[in-house]
Amino acid sequence: MLEGDIVQMGAYIGAGLACTGMGGAAVGVGHVVGNFLSGALRNPSAAGGQTATMFIGIAFAEALGIFSFLVALLLMFAV
Amino acid sequence: MATESHGEAETGLVFHPMDQFQVTPLFGADKVEWFTITNVTLWMGLTIATIVLILVFGARGRALVPTRSQSVAELAYGFIYKMVEDVTGKDGLVFFPYIMTLFMFILVANFLGLLPMAFTTTSHIAVTAVMAMAVFLAVTIIGFVKNGFGFLAVFWISSAPLILRPILALIEIISYFVRPVSHSIRLAGNMMAGHAVIKVFAAFAPLVLISTGIGIVVTPLSILAITAIYALEVLVAFIQAYVFAILTCVYLRDALHPHH
Repeated sequence: MLEGDIVQMGAYIGAGLACTGMGGAAVGVGHVVGNFLSGALRNPSAAGGQTATMFIGIAFAEALGIFSFLVALLLMFAV
Repeated sequence: MATESHGEAETGLVFHPMDQFQVTPLFGADKVEWFTITNVTLWMGLTIATIVLILVFGARGRALVPTRSQSVAELAYGFIYKMVEDVTGKDGLVFFPYIMTLFMFILVANFLGLLPMAFTTTSHIAVTAVMAMAVFLAVTIIGFVKNGFGFLAVFWISSAPLILRPILALIEIISYFVRPVSHSIRLAGNMMAGHAVIKVFAAFAPLVLISTGIGIVVTPLSILAITAIYALEVLVAFIQAYVFAILTCVYLRDALHPHH
């Protein structure tokens, strides 16, 4: 029934669990953009100057999700 | 990476999604050494050639009413110039050529990587880590040259209450040294993830060739998904180049004006 070794099984399960971190990044990016949009709709004239700030915020939130993707990749291919 | 068996031909999965990131030597060389010309070298060379074509030959006419290629070059130049001026300030404009170089290289490398059968050079952490380490070292050296030991004020937040400052300093120091890691992995991870997802759907697409009914449903869906994700990847290719450039500007601003 079961084949292969248990270490590999652990690595694959760990890779799958690491991917839940991406959900957190998705929530974070959605939060950043949603708040930017709600602010921008209240004061559209000031929104144009703040898009760069929004992208910086997105980049910081997203980097942590990318870290979990990297952990998944390391577990799949490097461990 | 991914040298094991790649499934049987009749299941449709004839390649591994990570196969596209393999570095292979070109022109008859059998293994990768220091100066072997690989597909990475080839696509980096094509990137440089494309940038030269757009920025040097495209803008050669110097016409008052720009031609199409000249307006592309002018648009890219003006966009980055304004970004550096807005984020870093007037005294950051000395570093504009460096940021323009980084932005154009990453942008064109990302776009060329989207061509079918192309190799995405920016999907390798080795490539992005060199760029991020260069930015990190440059920012640190510029900070110490411009401000002397006053650059350490970037860790000592004078607007916070005195009791909190040592704790904040510790957090600031950690986040300062994580910068090159997150800077490089953000770009490489984004490019790698998007291209791998396209390849995963591409593996589902030929299911219709197999006489199993399910392919009638799965194939159109996966072709639609490839199209949609490809469009998203075009957007991501631009946004990641922009983010890399703007974060370089933010780090430079810290180096030039360390006082919060």
